[in-house]
Amino acid sequence: MHSFGYRLNGLLTFAVTILALMCAITSLSDNFNTPSPSAEIKIMNINWFQKQPQGHDEVSLTMNVSADLQSLFTWNTKQVFIFVAAEYETRKNSLNQVSLWDAIIPAKEHAKFWIHTSNKYRFVDQGNNLRGKKFNLTLHWHVMPKTGKMFADKIVLTGYSLPEEYR
Amino acid sequence: MSYFTQNSLLSFLGYPVSLQTFLPLSAPSLHFTMDWQGQKLAEQIMQIMLLVFAVTAFVAGYVLGSFQMMVLVYAGGVTLTGLITIPNWPFFNRHPLNWLDPSEAEKHPKPQVTVSSKKKGFKRHQLVFYYCR
Repeated sequence: MHSFGYRLNGLLTFAVTILALMCAITSLSDNFNTPSPSAEIKIMNINWFQKQPQGHDEVSLTMNVSADLQSLFTWNTKQVFIFVAAEYETRKNSLNQVSLWDAIIPAKEHAKFWIHTSNKYRFVDQGNNLRGKKFNLTLHWHVMPKTGKMFADKIVLTGYSLPEEYR
Repeated sequence: MSYFTQNSLLSFLGYPVSLQTFLPLSAPSLHFTMDWQGQKLAEQIMQIMLLVFAVTAFVAGYVLGSFQMMVLVYAGGVTLTGLITIPNWPFFNRHPLNWLDPSEAEKHPKPQVTVSSKKKGFKRHQLVFYYCR
């Protein structure tokens, strides 16, 4: 520590090391947060249900998603990414997951919401297994931090089913 | 910052600047006016201040629920620490060492290597050779 440059280097190195430690502790403090989110999805309408030229089934539906995800936010949260996925079983696959809609929630104030929307992404099956199919709608969320570990979890809502015939 | 600009800045501000710093080749190696005690003090102040500001910043951020507050407090703390510990303030120079004037140093010549010591070195060299075998 005996010249201007040495002291400057020492200060900056030590400051950055301590900053890294602070970020690690900040991320660890997220574990003390116990979230209690709630969500509800209603299928308002099946708009159409067709078999595509290639032979795959496709559905278009309108749903109403309402949720309260405010308890997921901490001081170390940058944004929460949520998406709704339809999950069902076929003869070929034990689990099929198709993402229908997603959004980014940038702040706690926007985390309590409802939205009336048709599916953002196409609900297409690998094959034609969807007639009369019972499926779950799962709301997944990824809590993205400003620094450190990302937490991901979901709510599974059961009891939805598709019509028996094409429309 | 080069040695010359820092010294001219310091003399402009009224700090005592030693003549030796303008003669890097003939003067002793200490170019800056901060003594050994001062360097130790500077390092201690730097480490303690940074740790204190880090803890303060984390507590402030956690209590206020604001990540930005934590970063701002810490950045302010780092800058303040830099301003206190990096430049050669006078309070870092309270135990200065008095180096000899170059003309005074020439009156006391360095001891010369004598012939007898050369012989001793030769013997030692032989001894080493013996052990290597």
